[in-house]
Amino acid sequence: MVAISAKKAAGRDVRVPRSGKATPYLFLAPYLILFSVFVLAPALFGIWVSLHDWDYMLEGKPFVGLDNYTALFDDQSPVYGDFWMSMRATGIFTVFSVPFLVVLPLGVALLLNRPFRGRTLFRGLFFAPFVLGVAVVCLIWRLLLDPNLGLVDWILGTPIPWTTATPWAWIALVGVTVWWTLGFNAVIYLAGMQDIPRELYDAAKVDGAGRWGAFVHVTLPGLRPVALFVVTTTILASANMFGQSYLLTQGAPGGETRTAIMYMLQQGLREYKMGSASAMSYLLTLLLILVSVVNFRLFRTRS
Amino acid sequence: MSLDNLSRRRALGLGLGALVIGAAGCGGGGGGPKQAQAPATTAAATEYTGPSVSLKFWNGFTGGDGPVMKKLVDQFNAEHQNIKVSMNVYQWADYYAKVPAAVSAGQGPDLGIMHVDSVATNAARQVVLPLDDVANALSLTEADFSPPVWKAGAYKGARYSIPLDVHPLGMFYNKTVMKQAGLDPEQPPKTGEEYMTALEALKKAGIQGHWATPFPFTGSMQFGTLLYQNGGQLFADDAGVSRFAEDPGVHALTWLVDLVNKGYSPKNVGQDADFIALQNGKAAFNWNGIWSINTLKEIKNLEWGVAPLPQIGAKPAAWAGSHQFVVFKQRTPDQNKLTAAKVFINWISGHSLEWAKGGQVPARKSIRDSAEFAALKEQATIGTQIDYLYFLPSVAGIGDASAVVDQAINAAILLKKSPKDALTEAAAKADKILEANRKKYGA
Repeated sequence: MVAISAKKAAGRDVRVPRSGKATPYLFLAPYLILFSVFVLAPALFGIWVSLHDWDYMLEGKPFVGLDNYTALFDDQSPVYGDFWMSMRATGIFTVFSVPFLVVLPLGVALLLNRPFRGRTLFRGLFFAPFVLGVAVVCLIWRLLLDPNLGLVDWILGTPIPWTTATPWAWIALVGVTVWWTLGFNAVIYLAGMQDIPRELYDAAKVDGAGRWGAFVHVTLPGLRPVALFVVTTTILASANMFGQSYLLTQGAPGGETRTAIMYMLQQGLREYKMGSASAMSYLLTLLLILVSVVNFRLFRTRS
Repeated sequence: MSLDNLSRRRALGLGLGALVIGAAGCGGGGGGPKQAQAPATTAAATEYTGPSVSLKFWNGFTGGDGPVMKKLVDQFNAEHQNIKVSMNVYQWADYYAKVPAAVSAGQGPDLGIMHVDSVATNAARQVVLPLDDVANALSLTEADFSPPVWKAGAYKGARYSIPLDVHPLGMFYNKTVMKQAGLDPEQPPKTGEEYMTALEALKKAGIQGHWATPFPFTGSMQFGTLLYQNGGQLFADDAGVSRFAEDPGVHALTWLVDLVNKGYSPKNVGQDADFIALQNGKAAFNWNGIWSINTLKEIKNLEWGVAPLPQIGAKPAAWAGSHQFVVFKQRTPDQNKLTAAKVFINWISGHSLEWAKGGQVPARKSIRDSAEFAALKEQATIGTQIDYLYFLPSVAGIGDASAVVDQAINAAILLKKSPKDALTEAAAKADKILEANRKKYGA
């Protein structure tokens, strides 16, 4: 508006710049400020914290260099055993939950993408558990899966210790998580499928492709960007799993299902050893960055 | 056993990532200098006559205890025109994370409640203020309470908390189930021998009498009880080293594991399943906290009773927690508020009979000995154990070390490790944690 009226007023063809050099940054500013204050600054501050014996209430926060990091690799340190057991728990959970959380929602999305009566209802049904909070989900399932009193064992007629022994606890944790969050990934896939042009399917049909052919050659390639998003966010979400173990198994048996985030919480906010907890966080972050890079590479080379 | 476990109903919304830990650390950036605040050592009053003040009172009474405390606070406000106490309730887990942050940001409440095993840590971290003058001015001594409860509120020679209540374990029993096995429901077992006989009778009737829970609530408390009954202790008095892996501890944990091995308990008891089993007639006995009284009272057609814990070992002992009053450090101390806070603490302490009805044993001896308390049959029964309750040493960060014991008990009762191995491994870990804490808190 300013530019146009300026042009009219002057009556000459002088271009008043619509935007200056700062414009893009000004547009970015609201997010950038929030990002810097609540993500970037704490993240950088966390590095500083991880180099100290840090308890924010204590006056002395001695600088310890890389001690908090080396302790994670020293089997004589008080944190070594528990930390790696928790990393192992996080690893197991991620490895077993991600495939289900990537593949099953795809199947669900394919089914829900076909025209049939009550489709909207079913779309709602599959998404419904995701609306529930982790506390609700886990309290319900903790009672259903109780090894001695639970409905699940009663129906199956088995005494399976779903919440107190491995590998059952892993099956329970992965199963509950899949039941809970499957709808979210399905909706993402569904949105992706609706973006694939119909003409491609028509063309595939003309070329003689059956349903399978259309799926492999049209649907899957069409979903690649969406799939990258789903795989990446699912890996990160699984690696950050906390609530399910905290509520469903309480880390049983003997801490085997205590995840890395749970242990960091214990270290940082219960024992107030924030330097140590930050160092653990950075190690986990580093591993997740590596995984994400590999993930992006894989999806890129395929195209 | 650690404060963590005290808040079973805690904290469901703790979704936290790496960054939060960084962010929490960030809060201290503006925390200002942490010089020790000189305690106002003027005499504490039982009356407050200054200008009107308002006090912020935080606690974690999210259960049936919340309304009871609220009622007491309302009554206090009505009787004290110039003091207005406003109460805020958080989940205990949130509370223990929030309070230090609030204090450090200069936004802390004036006073609150802490579990006794958190007092030393919060004293060392300068979250709470010494209260020796309250005790002096109100002429409170350990004789007014019970020595272990009173001593547990002192850290490095100074008093930091005034006991409100104690909440011990008791033995809850299902009378109907006992009758089914031909046991006299009016004569619950008192000794280890009687207990075993009862369990054997129940087993013959097809009932697993004592469900051995592997979870801190209340598995760790049962372990601690048995350990102290066997003459052992969790940690050395100065918490220099752990002692739970010595013979008394191994015997205690073996006793619990044997409940499973001998078929007196099912394997793989889930969280709270032991308490549910008592309620729905699948178990006869459940060693649980006094706070269970009101829960059980609400269940229609349940015939239950409660007795002191049986003496399995060489001497009587029982786990107990204790809620204690604390006063929080402020950026700028306000003498009027401090005085008013002391008046409040003294008043509530004097009215703790009402509090007992919520399912507690009053810490104050005069109230415990009153006829009114004796009329609270269940509370009074559990309260008879007052002289042999055990508490953790008053050492900063002691909860960190006892969290390790929880894992060992879990692994042993779930038959993943032998009691001896589980405890020995845990002891090595706990000793390292104790050492690290000594360095950190400068003991």
